[in-house]
Amino acid sequence: MPALARRLLYSQKLAPYLFVLPFVATLALFWIIPVARSIVMSTQEVMYGQTTSVGMDNYARLWNDGVFWTAMSNSARYMVLSLLLLIPIPMLLAAVVNSRIGSPRVKAFFKASMFVPALTSVVVAGLVFRLMFSESESAVMNQVVQVFGIGPVRWLREDLTGLAALLALAVWRWTGVNTMYFIAGMQSIPGEYYEAASLDGANRRQQFLRITVPNLRPTIVYVTTISVYGGLAMFLESFMLYGGNASPNNQGLTVVGYLYRKGVEQNDLGFASAVGIVLLVAVTAINLTQLTLAGTFRKENVR
Amino acid sequence: MTANALRTRPPARRREPRATRALSVLQSTALVVIALVALVPLVAIFVATFQTGADIMRGGITLAVDPATLGLDNWTMLFTDSGPYFRWFANSLVVTVLQVVGTLLVSSFVAYGFAMYDFRGRTPLFIAVLAIMAVPFEMVMLPLYVQVNEMGLADTYAVIVIPFLAAAVTIFFFRQYFLGVPKEILEAGRVDGVTEFGIFFRLVLPIARPAIAAMAILNGMMCWNNLLWPLLVLRSSEKFTLPIGLNTLITPYANNYGLLIVGSFFSLIPILVLFLAFQRFFVEGMTAGAVKG
Repeated sequence: MPALARRLLYSQKLAPYLFVLPFVATLALFWIIPVARSIVMSTQEVMYGQTTSVGMDNYARLWNDGVFWTAMSNSARYMVLSLLLLIPIPMLLAAVVNSRIGSPRVKAFFKASMFVPALTSVVVAGLVFRLMFSESESAVMNQVVQVFGIGPVRWLREDLTGLAALLALAVWRWTGVNTMYFIAGMQSIPGEYYEAASLDGANRRQQFLRITVPNLRPTIVYVTTISVYGGLAMFLESFMLYGGNASPNNQGLTVVGYLYRKGVEQNDLGFASAVGIVLLVAVTAINLTQLTLAGTFRKENVR
Repeated sequence: MTANALRTRPPARRREPRATRALSVLQSTALVVIALVALVPLVAIFVATFQTGADIMRGGITLAVDPATLGLDNWTMLFTDSGPYFRWFANSLVVTVLQVVGTLLVSSFVAYGFAMYDFRGRTPLFIAVLAIMAVPFEMVMLPLYVQVNEMGLADTYAVIVIPFLAAAVTIFFFRQYFLGVPKEILEAGRVDGVTEFGIFFRLVLPIARPAIAAMAILNGMMCWNNLLWPLLVLRSSEKFTLPIGLNTLITPYANNYGLLIVGSFFSLIPILVLFLAFQRFFVEGMTAGAVKG
């Protein structure tokens, strides 16, 4: 073996750089360059390979574009509502599964079957929900509301019922996974905390609010971070549910859906890039605020 | 820590008072009901595979089916006259295998560097790993798509696979795992004259089997179900993966609904079978991000 190669293979100084090289290359080629390009393109008009610099025109167009604001508010309300559903419900379910009472076999069945929806692709899940929320009288959801004397509802034609269908899809797919996150988090809370609390006479509800919830902070922060991301960047769920990127009055249009419409369907790359940059800024700003409020960056929490 | 998520606490030894027993029955009933509700959509699509495409199109998916309208036509069509369906299925298998093997090798390799060495730039680079976990891919999708078109790489599997070989979540998970590997193994290897890379491939990777299993399942599932990026870069029908192929069957004319439903259901089977066999690794893989909160 040539001496140089030997030195390379045995060098403990050089080795780490070779190990992380694939990540550095990925970071540069598939993240930094595209984001930089996006920023540049967002200040240009790009038409059939011809680019003209237009300064902040795309952002100005965006600001005055009603459809963009519709998309923005659709994404924002979806994100907020999915956070409100997909954190408290899984946390409660996790507490129930993690409690000392109840049959372990029932709990094992519960965990397995709650997890199954997360295994489905967005194509299949979206298709099934589209057909369950069909406006036909015989479709599953109309049969359900009929029990309460309502219906038949034209689910995907109306704004709020369409939103309900989207949220139902999200809750169906992700409740199980989030529940597993919270179960894992709860099992890392020392049992002595609960023993001490029950000696002090705290009941179950007090124990849940005073011990479980505060000690779950890292898990809550993590789930919130990925849900902000997932909520604001949601696109395919709506795309599948509405059977395409078009929906009545754009009620199902999201920010990424608008980016897709402008960039891919209409080839207006400059404008679409501006949409993308606004989205990046929004996700980053919300998550940084959220992480700061939760104290993630405080010294004692940095590992 | 996530492994523990699968084990429930052992039941308390002391005798349960009657109130607790009642509560326990109530709890079990509630859990079973919720679990069954979660399975309704899958049961519904399974039932729908026996309905005609026209019925599904007209009536949506329903639980109150008339048994007289059920038949095996869709299943017969799937196995005898489904056009490119099994071509798409095979393509998905090929892409998934390439992606999983490649991602496991590259990401564990990178993670090893982060876990085992102290080097200049480690902290900022690792922060970049964490940051990528929180930035939607949808952000870079458009410029990447433009770039791929300019380079004439559209419609190739390489473009689907390569950008995700060094995958942030997988790197993060392997790093956590490697941090728990005793450093003595490295020293022993060095004393025996094994190269730094030999230590990784021959001594450390073989003992990382549980992490490999969890990440194989996470990446395999994500790749099998992946729609957005392949939808942008794949053009020719003979190269389509299953999710894109199924998506092309969704037309306003509904002439393909029978095949669409049965094909969709059939696409779930490989993952459901793997899940029943390796449930623990699925849960570990899919909750990978929260290993350390």
